[in-house]
Amino acid sequence: MAFSAEEVREKTRKIVDPWRNGKGGLIPILQAVQEQLGYLPMEALETISRDLKIPSSEIYGVATFYAQFHLKPRGRHVVRVCRGTACHVRGSLKILDSVKEITGVEENQTTEDLRFTIEPVACLGACGLAPVMMIDTRTFGRLTPDMVKGILDKFE
Amino acid sequence: MPIYRSHILICGGTGCTSSGAGEVTEAFKKAITEKGLADEVLVVPTGCHGMCEMGPIVVVYPEGTFYCRVQKTDVAELVEEHIYKGRPVQRLMYSAGEDVPVIPHYKEIPFYGKQHRIALKNCGYINPDNIDEYIVRGGYEALGKALLSMKPEQVIDEVKASGLRGRGGGGFSTGLKWSFCASAKGDKKYVICNADEGDPGAFMDRSLLEGDPHSIIEGMSLGAFAMGADEGYIYCRAEYPLAIQRLKTAMAQAEEYGLLGENIMDSGFSFTLHVKEGAGAFVCGEETALMASIEGRRGMPRPRPPFPANSGLWGCPTNINNVETWANVPQIISHGGAWYASLGTEKSKGTKVFALTGKVKHTGLVEVPMGITLREIIFEIGGGILDDKKFKAVQIGGPSGGCLTEEHLDTPVSYESLTALGAIMGSGGLVVMDETTCMVDVAKFFLEFTQKESCGKCVPCREGTKHMLLLLEKITEGKGTMEDLDTLEGLANMVKEMSLCGLGQTAPNPVLTTLRYFRDEYEAHIRDHKCPAGACAALLEYRIIPELCKKCGICAKNCPVKCIPGDRNTGYRIDTDRCIRCGTCFEKCPFGAIEKK
Repeated sequence: MAFSAEEVREKTRKIVDPWRNGKGGLIPILQAVQEQLGYLPMEALETISRDLKIPSSEIYGVATFYAQFHLKPRGRHVVRVCRGTACHVRGSLKILDSVKEITGVEENQTTEDLRFTIEPVACLGACGLAPVMMIDTRTFGRLTPDMVKGILDKFE
Repeated sequence: MPIYRSHILICGGTGCTSSGAGEVTEAFKKAITEKGLADEVLVVPTGCHGMCEMGPIVVVYPEGTFYCRVQKTDVAELVEEHIYKGRPVQRLMYSAGEDVPVIPHYKEIPFYGKQHRIALKNCGYINPDNIDEYIVRGGYEALGKALLSMKPEQVIDEVKASGLRGRGGGGFSTGLKWSFCASAKGDKKYVICNADEGDPGAFMDRSLLEGDPHSIIEGMSLGAFAMGADEGYIYCRAEYPLAIQRLKTAMAQAEEYGLLGENIMDSGFSFTLHVKEGAGAFVCGEETALMASIEGRRGMPRPRPPFPANSGLWGCPTNINNVETWANVPQIISHGGAWYASLGTEKSKGTKVFALTGKVKHTGLVEVPMGITLREIIFEIGGGILDDKKFKAVQIGGPSGGCLTEEHLDTPVSYESLTALGAIMGSGGLVVMDETTCMVDVAKFFLEFTQKESCGKCVPCREGTKHMLLLLEKITEGKGTMEDLDTLEGLANMVKEMSLCGLGQTAPNPVLTTLRYFRDEYEAHIRDHKCPAGACAALLEYRIIPELCKKCGICAKNCPVKCIPGDRNTGYRIDTDRCIRCGTCFEKCPFGAIEKK
């Protein structure tokens, strides 16, 4: 998913358009840009700043405040290992270690082939199935470390 | 509406879906059609039944037969035997353990027997994507009653009379909060639903949004009518995609029926609702931070006053309530405040939904009357401790709450009683811990969370939590001193008193309660360099028990640092100096011949 700077600007403009006269649009715009482009490229932030007349410092502040936003490209699949309390007491650290060992990258990093991004998350709200991880939008529960490889293999 | 002789209810909550409920639903639909029963039997995907751990859950009505852990390969048998021949399948029914007789019916299972469902009334009974099912269960009756026969003040009076208090953690009187907003000056007012459920270990809001979205929409419409608002926002975590999708479907259906939008039920009252997706910041659960986030800014709290009731979203009077609070409102208006107030204790009325998780046999969502004891929740509803280990503590109220011990198990649960013990009701997370959980590690775990989520605006929270965490890390590595305990306690009290918002004010609770009730564990880490629960890796020592060792060599083969010298004749031993305490040998040993201390 590589876009030229001009394509990024063009796509961003289309997303910004309906919000020109509304209020409270910044976060939904950033969400939509990230959804389409996979991350928030600098050209997109500059375009939003110019079109909405919001200082880019403020946009950068918002984009870096929320855990959901990313300024760098991400993997095709996001592996979110739940590190909530219920999962913690049922051994989620070992699941995270296993994911890190198999993919060879650390927390909040992306594999070189852009296949996986590893992201610990505070709680997925599926505590009844602890320990849990979520890959993209699919949730996997009642995990043991030796199940991790088989699950990751399903995602190319 | 066609009439069916039997309904097969399949849980479509997040828990059961990830256990394969989607495939089970498809298999049922296919099998029913193949048998030519499609006109007699209806397959209904529902919201959460609460007993997530036993999922996927299937309930067959009118009998109310409860099947658990149903897989798609079981479907043919269920349809053939139960639906076609009328012979329920014992094999898939719930049982409290091996050799214990099965319990066929939903209502007789202890997990459900002690519950009293008000907020969760429809969860697991109706298809959340079908507004008709909500209406059949009495939905939108309260809104009709209020719009057509009550004055806004009467709605507020009813909520006041119910004694309902904020279910998101604060515990402030909902009726009183509404009356502040109602009397605030301003032409434009907002109501907000706080669905930014961020406490690790809590998922009651998620289940409500997924299982009964209309109850929240109706509750908010009632609130808007009572306070004179015409616009509302539901601020929901982006991590809950299914909840967002079901809310949007429900809103579209309500609009189509004229129950949301312009001139509702021809009463002249209009209410527009929006769903706003959060972007991943725990602090946005704090009301002023949440509003900043809706406005498109960094979600940082601000000092109060002014309170949102006077100056909230875009400077307008605003009322924020949590999901569970809103979900209770329609029933209070339908049945009256006095009905709701007849449940619970003197100051804490009604019911509360708890998310029971951790080392307990039956994890899941439970709704119980206030005043029930923790023992009843954990041992009667939850079935006791997993693997029959010993109960050690229960963490109540998430990262803002505290750890309570055996001696507190008989305390009746209410806002006041929990606060007096140093915990809080919070959103209602109950994480049960057994003898293998280290309390210092738990305190460290929560602080890691709050430290990471601190927004950084005020110094006590930003710096204080950081230094508390450093001290805890030092202690769990066996490098702490007794003086560190006093520093930790002093720091914790300072952060608690001086932080700007609820996040910082409650972040020290896990540390303070564990220091208060489990001080000996802290001291063992410092004085003896031992972790009594065997959880803190840096303080563990692994050893092979010669009497149990069969000299198979599996430990040595799997050791990542090759620190288990020996051979199959002389046996093996662990070289403690080189051991990195990864625990691989402990897990791989087929004979349990490795101990950790």
